Amino acid sequence: MGLLENWINKGRLKSPWVVHFDCGSCNGCDIEVLACLTPVFDVERFGIINVGNPKHADVLLVTGTVNHRNKKVLKNIYDQMPDPKAVIAIGACGTSGGVFRECYNVVGGVDQVIPVDVYVPGCPAKPDAIIDGVVTALDVVKAKLGLGEMPKVTVID
Amino acid sequence: MSRTIIPFGPQHPVLPEPLHLKLVVEDETIVEAIPALGYVHRGLETLASIRDYNQMVYIVERVCGICSCIHAMCYCQGLETMMNVEVPSRAKYLRVIWSELHRIHSHLLWLGLFADGFGFESLFMQFWKIRERVMDINEATAGNRVVISVNVVGGVRRDLDKTQQRWILDELDKLEKELRQLMKTMLDDYTVKKRTVGVGVLTAEQAIQLGAVGPTLRGSGVAQDARQLGYAAFDELDFEPVTSPEGDSWARSKVRFMETLQSMDIVRQAISRLPDTELAAKVPGKPTGEVVCRVEQPRGELLYYLKGNGSKNMERVRIRTPTFANIPPLLAMLPGAQLADVPIAALTIDPCISCTER
Repeated sequence: MGLLENWINKGRLKSPWVVHFDCGSCNGCDIEVLACLTPVFDVERFGIINVGNPKHADVLLVTGTVNHRNKKVLKNIYDQMPDPKAVIAIGACGTSGGVFRECYNVVGGVDQVIPVDVYVPGCPAKPDAIIDGVVTALDVVKAKLGLGEMPKVTVID
Repeated sequence: MSRTIIPFGPQHPVLPEPLHLKLVVEDETIVEAIPALGYVHRGLETLASIRDYNQMVYIVERVCGICSCIHAMCYCQGLETMMNVEVPSRAKYLRVIWSELHRIHSHLLWLGLFADGFGFESLFMQFWKIRERVMDINEATAGNRVVISVNVVGGVRRDLDKTQQRWILDELDKLEKELRQLMKTMLDDYTVKKRTVGVGVLTAEQAIQLGAVGPTLRGSGVAQDARQLGYAAFDELDFEPVTSPEGDSWARSKVRFMETLQSMDIVRQAISRLPDTELAAKVPGKPTGEVVCRVEQPRGELLYYLKGNGSKNMERVRIRTPTFANIPPLLAMLPGAQLADVPIAALTIDPCISCTER
């Protein structure tokens, strides 16, 4: 591994940039993702920055169920992100469809369309849980770079 | 001059939600705005045929996460009218307290997003810092930060004891002090006023004609508030609708700022008059008949149409949300505005797309 590549990887793991996509959520998880950025939780102290362009991002945060209209948009955003990337499904809706799974316009969880690395449960997921999810996603990125082991599945009671 | 179409959204840095407007522009002036909706449509009204009427309370709470408590309150009040249930008065007051706490956190959220919309990020952080304290009150009293799930058909499921009441009053005093410090920056600052005064003007006649609701209507000087209907315990509390006659973005932000302070006052009044009764009444039988119920959401007037057919499932649950009513006024505001002012004007109706599309 070259010196330059080493340096880029270090930056990638030290300061992950996230892009947030609202995929038919009820806003509950969206405002909790935004709350992570604000003074009480303040993810910027970990170097996590919310960006608007998927081409700049390492981690994709998806809130809400996937529906028939926005599944193409979600796939498009995922395809635009450079490798290595991690996807976090936030909330009960993102993991499985939640209370909306029987609605006619709902496809289901995010994993029906794109591969998901980390699931953050909760309705809505708390900011602490979302930050924990992003930190776990970093280990996934690290493993994809071949620098560490893939994190094991953990179930928190 | 030739016309160009510029898309605004569905992914736009100003809005966390997918609102899509096609803007027809001549040079940099908007000539026409065409909305395109449907990105977050789930179709949750049909769940009424699968879930029974008590379970539907959890579904309607998730129409919109920001004003979940008020959606549930409207649904429960509608069913209570339909089934002739007399709600205990303590439950009515507790509903007022939690719904006003929701209004405070929603307005603070909007004020923060609006500050971010015109590029004043430190003001955004200040508003959201204050908002977190309201979320703490929600979490301490109801067990969850956003979807607090306190309403059931017939009353409420949680109580506030004396210690909690005192703590809420203490916190509100501190919050009000901190919020008043931001008032000068939000409403009097030269740079802020440059971005907000005269942007997205809506006259009172236009607002009434196009059916604007909530702060969009009151920002044009029309004193109309669904809380004046006196649902829950609002008929026993003192308040006047906040209005501002200018009709521009500044007026709407002023209305929301003043309403936040007003809601704090309503919570104080409700806590001081909290009666000592049961929390929930027994609900006999199954819903039969039709009812229309209106309440005031942070964004405006919310309308539920409920139809029961004597079985445990509702036959129809129809929801008309305030953002849906406020989209025609938004389209009337935009022609003549500059392209750079579109995010500001679009934000001032406080769009909640997940409410609108359900």
